[in-house]
Amino acid sequence: MDPMAQSLITVDALSVEYWTRKGKIRAVEDVSFALEKAETLGVVGESGSGKSTLGLSLIGLGPFPGRIVKGKITLKGKEILKLRKEDMRNLRGKEICYVFQDPMTSLNPVKKIGPHFVELIRTHDPKVTEEEALKRAKKLLKDVGIQPERINDYPHQLSGGMRQRVMIALAITLNPSIVVADEPTTALDVIVQAKILDLLNVLRDAYGMALILITHDLSIVLERSDEILVMYAGHVVEHSSSKDIYSNPQHPYTKGLLKSIPNIELAEQKLEAIAGSPPDLLNLPRGCRFWPRCYYVMERCRQEAPPLMNTGAEHFTRCFLYKEGKKL
Amino acid sequence: MKSKIKRSMLSKILPGLVSLEKRGLAGWLIIFGAILVGIIVAMNLISPWIAPYNPSAINVGQPLLPPNSQFRFGTNDLGQDVLSRVLSGGGIMLQVSILSVIVCLVVGVPLGLSSSYAGGVIDRVFCLIMDSIYAFPGLVLAIAIAAMLGRGVTNMALSIAVVYIPSYFRVIRSQVLSIKEMPYVEAANAAGSRSRTVLLRYILPNVVPSIVIVATVNFADAILTAAGLTFIGLGVSVDIPDWGWDLTNGQRLLPSGAWWVIAYPGLMIILLALGFTLIGEGLSELLNPRLEQ
Repeated sequence: MDPMAQSLITVDALSVEYWTRKGKIRAVEDVSFALEKAETLGVVGESGSGKSTLGLSLIGLGPFPGRIVKGKITLKGKEILKLRKEDMRNLRGKEICYVFQDPMTSLNPVKKIGPHFVELIRTHDPKVTEEEALKRAKKLLKDVGIQPERINDYPHQLSGGMRQRVMIALAITLNPSIVVADEPTTALDVIVQAKILDLLNVLRDAYGMALILITHDLSIVLERSDEILVMYAGHVVEHSSSKDIYSNPQHPYTKGLLKSIPNIELAEQKLEAIAGSPPDLLNLPRGCRFWPRCYYVMERCRQEAPPLMNTGAEHFTRCFLYKEGKKL
Repeated sequence: MKSKIKRSMLSKILPGLVSLEKRGLAGWLIIFGAILVGIIVAMNLISPWIAPYNPSAINVGQPLLPPNSQFRFGTNDLGQDVLSRVLSGGGIMLQVSILSVIVCLVVGVPLGLSSSYAGGVIDRVFCLIMDSIYAFPGLVLAIAIAAMLGRGVTNMALSIAVVYIPSYFRVIRSQVLSIKEMPYVEAANAAGSRSRTVLLRYILPNVVPSIVIVATVNFADAILTAAGLTFIGLGVSVDIPDWGWDLTNGQRLLPSGAWWVIAYPGLMIILLALGFTLIGEGLSELLNPRLEQ
């Protein structure tokens, strides 16, 4: 590959395993993607599909006892899994930032909003004075739509939406290359949810960073991301541009997800649900991981696992209904 | 600079004091306990000026006089004034308990924090050590250590501290175990904070309420243990007035009907321990509302 054409971040065949008492679990298996500047990648999946583990693995914080067993993550040409602990720590918060799911508990309850910023800034650049850091914090708060005076408030004095805005402001403080937002709006109501997501997109463009939006709600990412990664039981089952996913969903799971989104334009719509529940990762079905819930299940699906196939321009699907290059 | 810090600290503490009254029973418990402890501490501090006689001087009156107009609390078998001894006899006990709480804080808190944050083998080993100390009857252990170390305020404080460090360790450890899983700690890690920062700025401040509660309860226990140690003769030398020693002396005289020699110092020990217990109870109710439910 031409080094000039290098992506901002490339994840190559990443696999994460957990060792539990009952056995080994592959929470993330063979996930690959690349992301450019000012692009958004949506990662969609049910609980336990490995999407959060994937996100945390990017900053080397895979939850204990998880371990990255295979794969390569390249950020700006540097392989970050090979970094020393100290360099990895420096990378967190500066290059890759994380916005967590629960804004209510993601801020230190005994610290005012201002000191959160001061500490973050001074951790990565001790030369900055406290006054300077506070000044920057005020500007950032303004950027995310919070009055700068709230800098002297404690987290409990802010609402959930405001706290999530603070979290986002913290995430963009050091002008990172990538912001990973792990279900940033799950704990918020719909209106605040839309506002927060729009804010993320505005900031993405303003700061020129890449955004990885992890969610269980396909409708959220469809209109806001460039690419979508659909995960099921640790596998990527479909990977394409969000337009393509919407207009031409290929994997039965993606189809099922799309059908379960309510459509305001249809007068009468029966929402369909995907029957069953995700498999136990300790006890995976033989063959395709999705077949017990699949509408189109064939004999072959029960016997062998489908590989991730290139089924169209920049479209990848893990399903036997498709063959390399075309629909069967 | 110093006055600035002082002022900012005062401005933080004062509004808190006012709001105590609004916290209902818990607030009043703290206020009442604090007044009790405050009076006893003040009484011991100014005792040289208010004590009618020298508390250590013998034969200031006839031996074993019952309470009368000259000796309000009577005299003991050495002819010492019981009132003077009651007024000034808490000094050693207070010193011992304060010193032991300080030792406990200095040793127990960092140990609990680092051990549970590190986890793994280190944590197991410390837990084992602490649990085995905890499993021992406290007073017996304190007696054994005090007997080994010899007399003196520091030695008493150390022997008491050894007994109580495990309770600090356990409380802090269990708190840290839950706090270190909180999203804000995870967020701090994800933002690239150093372990030291996470431990001192994120976990410690959230553990402080529990530490304060344990420390106040520990104060009460330390006073009783100090009294116990003095009672069996492991305290300081006899010529320093001390409630604990007065108990030892008084229980010999009790059969002869001289109740005043033991009753007044005993009452003082109870009041002092009660004061600290009230503060501890009130604080734990205020700071750990979850326990009420």
